[in-house]
Amino acid sequence: MNRLRLGLLAVGGAGLAALLVAACLDLPDFGGSRHPYGDRAVRASLARHIANTIASVNFDQRAYDTLGEMSILFAAVLGCVVLLREARDERRARPEPAEVVRPVRRYALLVLPVALLTGLYVIAHGQLSPGGGFQGGVVAATGLHLLYLGADHGALERVRPLGFFETADSLGVCAYLVLGAAGVLAGTAFLANTLLPYGTFDTLSSGGTVPLLNAAVGMEVASAVVVLLAHFLDQAVEIEEEPGR
Amino acid sequence: MHHLIPLLAAVPLFGAALLVATGRRLSRAAAEITGFVFSGGTAALALVLLLNSAPPMTEWVGGWLPVDAESVGILVVGDGPALGMAALASLLTLAALAYSWRYFDQPPRERTGSFTALMLVFQGAMCGFAVAGDLFNAFVFFELMSVVAYALTGYRIDEAKAVQGALAFGVVNSLGAYAMLMGIALLYARTGELAMAKIGRGLDAAAGPGGPDALVLASFVLVLTGLLVKATAVPFHFWLPDAHAVAPTPVCMLLSGVMVELGSYGVWRVYGTVFAGPGGIPAADLTRALVTLGTLTAVTGAVMCWYQRHIKRLLACSTVAHTGLFLVGLGVLTPEGDDGVALYLLGHAGVKAALFACAGVLLDRFGSVDEHALHGRARRLRATGVMFAVGAAALAGLPPFGTALGKAVAEEAVGGPLTAVYVVVSAITGGAVLRVTARVFLGLGPRPQEAEYEISGSDEEPETSGRLRRIPDTMTTVPAVLLAASLAVGVVPGFGALVARSVNEAGSGGAHASVHWTGHGLLLDAASTVLAAALAGLAVTRPRRAAAPDRAAPLRRLQSGHVGDYVAWLLVGAAFLGALALPGVLGG
Amino acid sequence: MHVLPYLVAAYVFLTGCYGLAASRNLIHAVGCLAVCQCATYVLLLAVGYRDGATAPVFSDVKPGSRPVVDPVVQALTLTDIVVGATVTALLLALVLQIAKRHGTIDPDELRELRG
Repeated sequence: MNRLRLGLLAVGGAGLAALLVAACLDLPDFGGSRHPYGDRAVRASLARHIANTIASVNFDQRAYDTLGEMSILFAAVLGCVVLLREARDERRARPEPAEVVRPVRRYALLVLPVALLTGLYVIAHGQLSPGGGFQGGVVAATGLHLLYLGADHGALERVRPLGFFETADSLGVCAYLVLGAAGVLAGTAFLANTLLPYGTFDTLSSGGTVPLLNAAVGMEVASAVVVLLAHFLDQAVEIEEEPGR
Repeated sequence: MHHLIPLLAAVPLFGAALLVATGRRLSRAAAEITGFVFSGGTAALALVLLLNSAPPMTEWVGGWLPVDAESVGILVVGDGPALGMAALASLLTLAALAYSWRYFDQPPRERTGSFTALMLVFQGAMCGFAVAGDLFNAFVFFELMSVVAYALTGYRIDEAKAVQGALAFGVVNSLGAYAMLMGIALLYARTGELAMAKIGRGLDAAAGPGGPDALVLASFVLVLTGLLVKATAVPFHFWLPDAHAVAPTPVCMLLSGVMVELGSYGVWRVYGTVFAGPGGIPAADLTRALVTLGTLTAVTGAVMCWYQRHIKRLLACSTVAHTGLFLVGLGVLTPEGDDGVALYLLGHAGVKAALFACAGVLLDRFGSVDEHALHGRARRLRATGVMFAVGAAALAGLPPFGTALGKAVAEEAVGGPLTAVYVVVSAITGGAVLRVTARVFLGLGPRPQEAEYEISGSDEEPETSGRLRRIPDTMTTVPAVLLAASLAVGVVPGFGALVARSVNEAGSGGAHASVHWTGHGLLLDAASTVLAAALAGLAVTRPRRAAAPDRAAPLRRLQSGHVGDYVAWLLVGAAFLGALALPGVLGG
Repeated sequence: MHVLPYLVAAYVFLTGCYGLAASRNLIHAVGCLAVCQCATYVLLLAVGYRDGATAPVFSDVKPGSRPVVDPVVQALTLTDIVVGATVTALLLALVLQIAKRHGTIDPDELRELRG
């Protein structure tokens, strides 16, 4: 590291450190009991029969934030698809089938259905227990990639039609937006959770539109992660420089 | 009407999702038309809402109307500045899409519409950020805007410069965003709220007789660090020349025309609603901080701009200079300052996007954006040359362009020596662009010498599939329309007054200022235009004396292209910002 | 002891910044950026903690029987995690292309953009 940067880092870091420490000393004591927004959120969640308050915040009270959040994922995946395309001097090669040690193969194929099922369970129970579309989507999508570990890239590609997952990714976003716009059409507000009955507390169908938004996010996240990993895997396995360059 | 405000973000996102869903089956023309429909529809929506924005609207997304003045939902605001920025972002996106119509090379081939989809997401993100009334929601859209911008900047992956510039952009902006989130967390700890206005009231209620404390100062510094990184204030600005010089031209039009300005807008919004009360940062401290940083930014940007030969990089540096001027104008905290900046910003957006569009024409025709290599080669491109010259003069502040009106109003508001900063900085940036016009489009003067520490703009790849032989009509019409729009900001009677009224209605504590051309302002505008012409003339006829690049070498060496340096400067900037605002906390 | 969790967040943030500035490898730098982001998780969750409280999930806790931690910061943290993961993915894609175009991922050796 050159001297100028070290100097800048020392000055800037010291200044910012002093500021942050002073701010920490002024913060309310850790573990304090004053959380006005949090208390309101719990009341609002119970009023709409949603057991998991975090799901209520994510898919009802602050559902508009979640729209931004899923759009970030959507945009990042689209960005990665564009950035990880074949460059002008590259081509695609068929990867060689890979040897997999037998215990790994057995374990992977055994765990694969369990992982997929767990993912779906976590998505479906988003408004009841910790979890939801984001968490379950990631579990399901990475679970699918056990196939890459247990068999090889070719096997993964056969069960993973990329076009399907790309479409599912964008349809997840579309579904979320349509559910949101339904509120505007009904004359209430964008993403208003007033169209469906709130159901019985602590059951799968409770919470009005929350399970639907949750499912849309789950579909989007699972597909987006599959597409994302596919493009990184392609870079590692398939795309290579054209010979003679 | 107010229920429609969140759709400003939702409609373009929906268009993007549709494009990706159908991307493998669409023809390019169909994808582009879809892009126009959604982008244009959003622009129309923004304009309709804007016309209905007096008195200002607010909307609780999800219908969470406050009960006993308390809500659990997210607030979006529909006042003049918010909807104005959304309309500006939408119209510029439409212009950029029109500019890239048919000719702009858009890989990957098997996924038609990816570029258009990214542009639509970018538009939605900018609109969402503009109308955000909730601090965390602002952060979310801020990040969305950044993420798309990184991908678009690195779009041409075959270019070594593009991927490097995009990474520097990504790292610095993300770090800024995380600093902002730290600040939001501190504010939440103090007030237990996320809506900006509620945080502001919470700070006022929590402030003791001693006024603001270290926590308020730290959250102010952290939140502003994020916004100022986007607004490219010195020393947070290093990423901008790297990113804007390498991004595809239609993207540059948006980055320089509106995204950077959204950073300044964010500073105005956040200070006005969160920190302006008695429990926030005293006005004198904000003025000190913004005027100091703004002046430094303006001067640095102008010097960097003058010594560039890479035309897109030159334009990028001039954006740095102009955002410095915006920050100075906002920093004085007067209604006139806000009005001047609003008009300046509108005029600047049109001019800067038009100039980038013209630079893109050079790139696609000659495969170069180097001032020296192109010396005299673009004589035939008369229309582009004329527009480049007009854009240069407008940048310098030639009446009656919108830039000139805004500059004059802002100059009046800042007063004193800061007026000189406005005149000189706009003259230097305008002069630099005029110099390029004279050399590239007219072939005037001797060919300049090579310097040691600089980037040339030759051997770049055109953005069309192969070099253009004839310039398509869209690529000349779009900059012409943009320049005309910038002119309209200055000449349409009553437009200035309308902008001023809607800005003052939303901020400035209800004080109204009148905005019109004055003799004093016209004189200053004329002075900066003449100065720009003189500088350009001097540079062209006496290149050794006026434009010896080695003189600015120490400053240019700081622009090292090294991510680590930029991060170190970001920390210094945050500490400096804290030091500038410290007296109010100590003295309270 | 009442400020220790907050100080941890500040420490993590500054450590990440140091790592970013001192990094000799862009993949490491992207990792350091993720460290900076972790500071925001720590701070958010620390801010929302309440002594003796449990998770704000009422499938097995009777509402009102026990205090719960602030659910809002947990939702914000979730958003933050998604943002962080996607930004990391995008930046790694850029690093991958830098490695191909420049033949190096040492930031000291990237010489295309200077001045």
